[in-house]
Amino acid sequence: MPNVTMTVNGKTMSGNVEPRTLLVEFLRETLGLTGTHVGCDTSQCGCCVVHVNGDGIKSCTILAVQCDGAEVKTIEGVANGDTLHPMQEAFREHHGLQCGYCTPGMVMSALDLVKHNKNPSEQQIREWLEGNLCRCTGYHNIVKAIKAGAEAMAKARP
Amino acid sequence: MTARMIGDPVRRKEDLRFLTGKGHYTDDINRPGQVYAVFVRSPHAHAEIKSIATKRAAGAPGVVAVYTGADLIKAGLGTLPCGWGVKNKDGSPMAEPPHPVLASGKVRHVGDPVAVVVADSKAAAEEAAELIEVTYNALPSVTAVDAAVKAGAPQLHAEAKNNISYDWHIGDKTATDAAFARAAHVTTLDIVNNRLVPNAMEPRAYIGDYDRATGEHTLFTTSQNPHAIRLLMGAFVLHVPEHKLRVVAPDVGGGFGSKIFHYAEEAAVTWAATQLGRPVKWTAERSESFMSDAHGRDHVTHAELALDKDGKFISLRVSTLADLGAYLSTFAPAVPTYLYATLLAGTYTTPAIYAEVKGVFTNTVPVDAYRGAGRPEASYLVERLVDKAASELKVDPAELRRKNFIPKDAYPYQTPVALAYDSGDYFSTLDLALKAADYSGFNKRRDDAKKRGKLRGIGLATYIEACGVAPSAVAGALGARAGLYEVAEVRVNPTGSITVFTGTHSHGQGHETTFAQVVAERLGIPVDQVQVAHGDTAQTPFGMGTYGSRSLPVGGSALVKALDKIEAKGKKIAAHLLEAAEADIEFQNGKFTVAGTDKSKSFGEIALAAYIPHNYPLETLEPGLDETAYYDPKNFTFPSGAHIAEVEIDPDTGTVELVNMTAADDFGRIVNPMIVEGQVHGGLAQGIGQALFEECRYDSESGQLVTGSFMDYRMPRAGDLPSFAVETHATLCTHNPLGVKGCGEAGAIGAPGAVMNAVLNALSQLGVSNLDMPASPERVWRAINDRRAAA
Repeated sequence: MPNVTMTVNGKTMSGNVEPRTLLVEFLRETLGLTGTHVGCDTSQCGCCVVHVNGDGIKSCTILAVQCDGAEVKTIEGVANGDTLHPMQEAFREHHGLQCGYCTPGMVMSALDLVKHNKNPSEQQIREWLEGNLCRCTGYHNIVKAIKAGAEAMAKARP
Repeated sequence: MTARMIGDPVRRKEDLRFLTGKGHYTDDINRPGQVYAVFVRSPHAHAEIKSIATKRAAGAPGVVAVYTGADLIKAGLGTLPCGWGVKNKDGSPMAEPPHPVLASGKVRHVGDPVAVVVADSKAAAEEAAELIEVTYNALPSVTAVDAAVKAGAPQLHAEAKNNISYDWHIGDKTATDAAFARAAHVTTLDIVNNRLVPNAMEPRAYIGDYDRATGEHTLFTTSQNPHAIRLLMGAFVLHVPEHKLRVVAPDVGGGFGSKIFHYAEEAAVTWAATQLGRPVKWTAERSESFMSDAHGRDHVTHAELALDKDGKFISLRVSTLADLGAYLSTFAPAVPTYLYATLLAGTYTTPAIYAEVKGVFTNTVPVDAYRGAGRPEASYLVERLVDKAASELKVDPAELRRKNFIPKDAYPYQTPVALAYDSGDYFSTLDLALKAADYSGFNKRRDDAKKRGKLRGIGLATYIEACGVAPSAVAGALGARAGLYEVAEVRVNPTGSITVFTGTHSHGQGHETTFAQVVAERLGIPVDQVQVAHGDTAQTPFGMGTYGSRSLPVGGSALVKALDKIEAKGKKIAAHLLEAAEADIEFQNGKFTVAGTDKSKSFGEIALAAYIPHNYPLETLEPGLDETAYYDPKNFTFPSGAHIAEVEIDPDTGTVELVNMTAADDFGRIVNPMIVEGQVHGGLAQGIGQALFEECRYDSESGQLVTGSFMDYRMPRAGDLPSFAVETHATLCTHNPLGVKGCGEAGAIGAPGAVMNAVLNALSQLGVSNLDMPASPERVWRAINDRRAAA
């Protein structure tokens, strides 16, 4: 079995995997990072979004071996110790989550959006979330949270 | 910090773990020595199983065991029980064919499980499952209710003649028919309520475990009601007594009804773990969710509404075929009967109602409760009828509704279909909604849209739902095979903090926060001094779980009763410590005070005295301050409201854009308005999804599930929906201590009628008068073009 090594949330992690192992399986099963979820098998739901080399990606669509040497960030690596990231804080403040299952993917996708667009409009947020399904919130508060999170991130920037 | 109380939008206690990836969902759990189950499922809608060859699979690398239906029968397992019995018109019991854990003899829907492979890894189990050879003799299938009851239709069960489980009715047929005979106007409607797939984002997952040393079985499950699963699975399927069976439903990623029921895979993994002495894990793939999670709705209905010359509703006659799928799921019989036809009075004074419902088997996934469960079907039917009547009589739909609303001073109001509404004010919620939606300004917006080539429509629906299930004796008389009370245990810790154990279950609703607010308000302590535990039968007393918007009305009431007991005992302790008469002790803001004095003890001091009883009336009072209370509701609760949708349709493409969505609801007292709004938003999205996007389809020839993934089942996405305008107006529930009514299902109940009435209002400009859900671009385009071709 090939060995893969990647930097996950700032730490070097490695493991032996079958070549067919998906990144999400490596994260969840090998590394025990169960914050990244699987909600479908067709890359439709976005529960598994993580960042690979700074870009949002559905971790069910990429093999672990393709990420050998990559920088990976998961939901577990977003907060600064006990301090929530402004985007996480915005989700809490605006009730942007209910059952919590789609939430990690939503937060990772939202951070990816802000990387591309520092001040997204409601419409731009709704379009960006095309690849993330939520069954609980009707998206109303997720959209509000992402807008507020983006604004808080802009303020936090020096 | 100061205590946060009822009515405050307290931020949720559960969010920190969910936002940092530290939730504990079933699939996140792994047990030492765990093996993995994969189910082999029927590719046929209907077939005889001639043989199952398992030898190659059993010998495949990593395989630990292979089981078929024959193995389970040999082991003496029972079949999956149904929790509600409905009677036929003549009083005879419904046909209740067995629902085997693994199919034996016959398969009855695509996805019906026939074998299970257990292996060291999921991949090994999947590969071995491919090696199982099942020889089928394919039979003709039927996947639609209207076809299933026709003469000569394929028959699913020997026990159910003409595929009918029951032929049930409610109401006064004679009075109803008599009113039609004197009607000034009759509005008739043939209507389909489309089949939906619940699609909680977390797929179902189970881990069975068995400790040979103690004989204890454990099931980790994505369930809304772990105690009910323990009872159903233990008593009826595995024959394991409750004290040897622990069921844990940890964090659960949404349910919407689909995770109420006892499923085959739960029993299979728990049983397999017992055989193997190793934990057995199964997690559904999304495609399995589509073909094995209980579906929702699926009615075909003919209805007639009779009006007098003044536009008053005088009679309603309804005939419904309700699809039950291939087997009776746990609560399936109740949904299209007692949760549907009892709601046909809606918000109106219609004095005579008669409804008959046939529950029908088809070669499809079993149908059971999905958010709203029966009530969306009733509301949608009634509100479409009312709008059609308004259109035929050329009166304003809001005005026609007002004319027929139950008056504000008429409560308690007895409907002709069993329910007695305790409170409500449909006029105020309607007015709120009309104002928030700028109903009076609509004509201008329609004219503006017309200039842009768009058809703009507005539609409203008022609804009522019966929630807070349920008074046990009433439910029992109607066929429920369970009590529907709720329980709360309040553990007072020696330093005055609180742990609540509730029999309800949170899978997104935020009980850990809402219930803590109820305790904080009552005991005058901060919310963060209250911990709410749920979901583990080893911890919580026997409660019935969460569905039917029952958690706060029923579970919250049990909690209040337990707090009553704590206050009463605390007064006795305080009287002793303060050397006063018990009758003189008052409890307020966390303090026990001797009335008219400044002598007082804090709640914390009383708790400490209860657990360190050095100075304590031990001769007359037990130490400790824990209390448990059970609450059986006196009636259902009746949330109600008015929803208004506004749409724009592109007549060239048939695309419907939902421009505005307004909800004005009466949920009684609101404990946490932030959470309540969130519940409304989610319900609205599911209701809008049903109206505009979602439809579970089967191929009528092959019986194949055509919409089997998110690629072809159209879930609502962020870009499909507008922001919602949500208003509330409270009339309190009169019979529970919090005055609460429940808010979880409202959006899904009111929205479909409002959206479809808006779509039809828009299409009426082209003369289209009827359309079934979902109003997809294809369907709308066809309706427009059929009309144009006819004209």
